[in-house]
Amino acid sequence: MTTADDVNRALADAHRHEWAKVLAATVRVAGDLDLAQECAQDAYLSALETWRRDGIPRNPGAWLTTAARRKALDSHRRAAALRARLPLLIEPTGNSHLQRYGDESPSPETQLTEMDEIPDDRLRLVFTCCHPALAREAQVALTLRLVCGLTTEQIAHAFLVSESTMAARVTRAKKKISGARIPYRVPEAHELPERLDPVLSAVHLVFTAGHTAPTGDTLVRPDLVDRAIELCRVLAELMPDEREVRGLLALMIITDARRATRVDDAGQLVLLEDQDRSCWDRETIEQGRLMVLEALRGGRPGRFVIQAAIASLHAEAPTFADTDWGQAVELYDLLLEAWPSPVVALNRIVAVGFRSGPEAGLAALDELEAEAGRTLSTYHYLPAARADFLRRLGREEAAAASYRRALALVENDVERAFLERRLAEVRQ
Amino acid sequence: MAQYVVLIYENESDYASASPEVYGEVMDAHNRFTEEVVARGGKIAGGNALQGTDTATSIRGDVVTDGPFVETKEALGGFYLIEADDLDQAIKIAGMVPARFGGVEVRPVMVFPEA
Repeated sequence: MTTADDVNRALADAHRHEWAKVLAATVRVAGDLDLAQECAQDAYLSALETWRRDGIPRNPGAWLTTAARRKALDSHRRAAALRARLPLLIEPTGNSHLQRYGDESPSPETQLTEMDEIPDDRLRLVFTCCHPALAREAQVALTLRLVCGLTTEQIAHAFLVSESTMAARVTRAKKKISGARIPYRVPEAHELPERLDPVLSAVHLVFTAGHTAPTGDTLVRPDLVDRAIELCRVLAELMPDEREVRGLLALMIITDARRATRVDDAGQLVLLEDQDRSCWDRETIEQGRLMVLEALRGGRPGRFVIQAAIASLHAEAPTFADTDWGQAVELYDLLLEAWPSPVVALNRIVAVGFRSGPEAGLAALDELEAEAGRTLSTYHYLPAARADFLRRLGREEAAAASYRRALALVENDVERAFLERRLAEVRQ
Repeated sequence: MAQYVVLIYENESDYASASPEVYGEVMDAHNRFTEEVVARGGKIAGGNALQGTDTATSIRGDVVTDGPFVETKEALGGFYLIEADDLDQAIKIAGMVPARFGGVEVRPVMVFPEA
């Protein structure tokens, strides 16, 4: 006997793990993102009723996909006359090297009869959501909405905008996909480097939004962190040869393995330096380390692989003092080459400060401020880094001034509290 | 197939100060672009270069004024009407359009439902 609880649990589980698959496979039949979304939602609704009556199917994902695709097909039959005016999603016939990860089935009709062979179109969905012709914030919103199945309300809450703003953002992006004919396809091999980057950036942005919530009173939003890691695992499974995907996954799991120690019981920020390393998730760190080693093989590493290598280096050090700062600086040099940005330069300088002392760090910081001070003018980590060097040099007054500058820019309450504590320390 | 307009925005003052050689290079580049698109199986359905914004007249309601509708450093100076399967192909073709003093914008042509 299947209880209502069993069904609810199974459905919640299927929503979490199968939503992207169900939707992605339905898009090809529906030819339209909105219709596909509606049919997928309908399928989950009818599952609630049917599963309670007939029991939970052996393969809930397949059941839901078939139901959603049937609904899409029915809707097209009903609207056959109107169909011509629907701006259908473009599905090119060209072969992509990545299509071996998916499944090129001939027609929706035959696909529906082959219950066991449900195409895995999640990559198409992801690459469409993260098409470079869409704004970065729209890419992230679409990915969370369509691939991760989050509600508009949840996404709005995560990025601290109103629900109507987020709804408008998603609608506008969908309109552009159909209006400008952004194709529903996986890029070809030669396009992949430039097309993969926005996908990984979007996933990383979801992660960082969760890891250090941009504003608000908690440092971590675990829901976003988990979603980002889950999605990246799927991407790694679907594109096993892409080293940057592995790199991003390794970066995220290693960073997240320290989650429990980043804030203390009172919710206060704890620096890497002071974190209780015995509470880090060693097993995950080791998994990440192996992933990094594998991804480093085979030519020049990309930015995510290098960042993962840096994260791994920190995670492996038995104590903060034992960190191999020389190697950290070398990795940051590599990262600057792969991904030149003032933010990376700043992180490199922090490592220089630990390798060669705060005086050297301060000198490098002066250089960076002369070059990129304007770009970093709202970046609170810049005055915070300066303040820390000055504090370590015992120049309390100058340090206090820099902490104040950082405080004027910081938006996260937990980080603000940390800077305030440091300011109080140097003023004693 | 769908139609897209590629709008070419360039800095007019760069053209004003350009040598005849540069003009020649630009003309050659446009001719080569046309050939290249055809060679790649694409289609150009139309296009033109426009005279400078100093020849433009704007009309809003009853008011006629001298000059372009919006004053910008990089002004609309020409366009192509192209045909492409999807935005990816359109972006590929648009990326080949010569615009050494600026850049281009791609806009899908509106398709109205048949009555």
